[in-house]
Amino acid sequence: MPKKRGADIVIDVLLEEGVDTVFGLPGGAIMEVYDALFDAPLRNILARHEQAAAHMADGYARATGKVGVVLATSGPGATNLVTGLATAHMDSVPMVAITGQVPRHYIGTDAFQEADVVGITRPITKHNFLVTDIKDLALILREAFYLARTGRPGPVLVDIPKDITQQEYNYKMPTEKDVEEALPGYKPHYEGNPVQIKKAAELIRKAKRPVLYVGGGVIIGNASQELRELAELTRIPVTTTNMGKGAFDETHPLALHMLGMHGTYYANMAVYNADLLIAVGARFDDRVTGKIDEFAPEAKIIHIDIDPASISKNIHVDVPIVGDVKNVLQKLLKELKKKPVEWVKARESWLKQIEKWREKHPLTYQQSDKIIKPQYVIEEIYRITDGEAIVSAGVGQHQMWAAMFYKYKYPRQFLNSGGLGTMGYGFPAAVGAKLGKPEKTVFAIEGDGSFVMNMQDVITAVQYRIPVKIAIINNEFLGMVRQWQQLFYDSRYSSVCLAVHPDFVKLAESMGAVGLRATKPKEVREVLQKAMEINDRPVIMDFVVDREENVLPMVPAGKSYREMIVSPKQKGEAETMYLVG
Amino acid sequence: MTEEIKAIKVRPLPKSETRKHIIVVRVQHNFGVLTRITSLFAGRGYNIESLTVGKTHEPNVARITIVVEGNERVVEQIIKQLRKLIETLRVRDITDVPHIERELVLIKVHAGEDKARDEIMRLVSIFRAKVVDVSVDTYTIEVTGDSEKIEAFIKLLRPFGIKDIARTGVLALTRESAKESLQEHRLE
Repeated sequence: MPKKRGADIVIDVLLEEGVDTVFGLPGGAIMEVYDALFDAPLRNILARHEQAAAHMADGYARATGKVGVVLATSGPGATNLVTGLATAHMDSVPMVAITGQVPRHYIGTDAFQEADVVGITRPITKHNFLVTDIKDLALILREAFYLARTGRPGPVLVDIPKDITQQEYNYKMPTEKDVEEALPGYKPHYEGNPVQIKKAAELIRKAKRPVLYVGGGVIIGNASQELRELAELTRIPVTTTNMGKGAFDETHPLALHMLGMHGTYYANMAVYNADLLIAVGARFDDRVTGKIDEFAPEAKIIHIDIDPASISKNIHVDVPIVGDVKNVLQKLLKELKKKPVEWVKARESWLKQIEKWREKHPLTYQQSDKIIKPQYVIEEIYRITDGEAIVSAGVGQHQMWAAMFYKYKYPRQFLNSGGLGTMGYGFPAAVGAKLGKPEKTVFAIEGDGSFVMNMQDVITAVQYRIPVKIAIINNEFLGMVRQWQQLFYDSRYSSVCLAVHPDFVKLAESMGAVGLRATKPKEVREVLQKAMEINDRPVIMDFVVDREENVLPMVPAGKSYREMIVSPKQKGEAETMYLVG
Repeated sequence: MTEEIKAIKVRPLPKSETRKHIIVVRVQHNFGVLTRITSLFAGRGYNIESLTVGKTHEPNVARITIVVEGNERVVEQIIKQLRKLIETLRVRDITDVPHIERELVLIKVHAGEDKARDEIMRLVSIFRAKVVDVSVDTYTIEVTGDSEKIEAFIKLLRPFGIKDIARTGVLALTRESAKESLQEHRLE
């Protein structure tokens, strides 16, 4: 068996793990790996910024369910990954980052482009490694993939000194068993305790006002089928978090759509009045709960999650079930089917009550024929794509409108930075998603503020002819901050005005993309139609929208659902809020 | 404004008191593992009172004894987070399990006059401590015991003038008789 360079071992492991695409940007310390990539049967996407490369790998992973891979060099290359890793960490995205490190004998000497990357990324990765011996290289890389995709998934970083990538070694590909033996303390819980499952079934039978509260865990755990079966069998309405969008078909009559800070009136009313909350793969984020002691105040809580540390973290749980969501839901269904399901009839009055709430405050906005309403743009995107597109979003008002006014039918259809709230995420994630799912139309719904944070990588999409459609909801503001300033800071618009922008149409053209603009409502459809016809390059659509439109409904940060603002108010009247209750 | 919600309803939160907990962690003895553990505490604002690390009889396994102050909820979260670390092999809260607790302290104390020297030697004998270094005007004393004994000893030496103290953290092992009452913090 011939000896191989460390760099070639890296490629061997990537191929063994079934990787077909890597994202990244080379530099001194990772050059050996890039040299090996030159001949490798792998698609290698050269990004223009490592943060964008990380989001691309993340978008690829979220859209496909496979592990996303990103490469970067030492020092600044690796530190540029930080935001991308933290984003993936918060949203449990399987990712492997491979970074070059200065040669071993330079480590700790403040060498050129040296940074303690393992130290820097420790709190924002699921685990990380510094390879100190070429003997461990293959095993560590395989451990990284194993950790990234199993249990609660997450990003794993492997830092490899340059001299190790250059060194030659006669190695054997480690097996899955070798990997498991190298991780004696890592034992994710997949099963779910049968006693607790029985208890949960009993609570579900007895509940008069139950609600399913569903998070991203159902998507990650491929448990949408089981969730739907549970909801239909028990006639329990389903509200999803931002991360859980698409886990339950939003066109289904039992769908209550999103809950929490920008949740629907009917979802929040249902949760507030529930006597049983079944949390599935969700983690009681503060954007969901608002004021903790007034969150679902009368409800018993069942919590199904693979991560024991997520249980009773923010809110005390009555029935905790640690396990793989798919597995647990299957067992729960089996348990529930043991008795005839006549008991669900009692739920009809609860569903009727929810219908009343739905009719009272549906998800809506005030249309205009003079100025483009941002919500209208999203609805038009929904219509022109028949609700079939993959949508990724940046962070801000446009993200919430994209969550509210596009109805998601499938898991892995809506990608956005739910946990960290990373501006600049949407567009590069769309690039990754399109590469993973080339048969799908992929829309990046971006804010003007969010888009400019990673717009350099339009060049990457042009270079590889990746036809993502970028819809900029352009209100020339950091819109969400402006909204908060309007509502809670006396309309003192401190540093939120983005009046100076590039001309996005010319910007697109200068980069080799297509640029389009709509300034009137009647132009929206036309622009989208043109964009849909372009299939060989990215399109940037500049939708110039109502500058001071607000995202509503809204529960102010740290407040109770009682204090939900449901209707738009006249300018200057923001201080008088609509209180529910 | 709506008829559905009449009065403010509040979710009752479980109460629990703050006290000292002894947590024993067995980890893979890799480099950087201690930093992972300490940064886990630091990153969440949990205060470590003491932390002691050492190798065990098993190859590549280290044992860490951590003393923290907190209520049940905080400690439960700490334990869950410790369990989540990839290199963690086992975590136990042994606070309420019969166990042996020891700390080692080296104290350098002023002992210039004969009267002081006599008095200190008496304390050393009562506490079954040991004088490990002597100079013209100091004694350096070694003492082991649980935290209470150590505190008492230090308090009694203080009037003589303590020059320096070096103190290990708490070490703890469960008593063999406690085997059956040992319960792991499992969720299920």
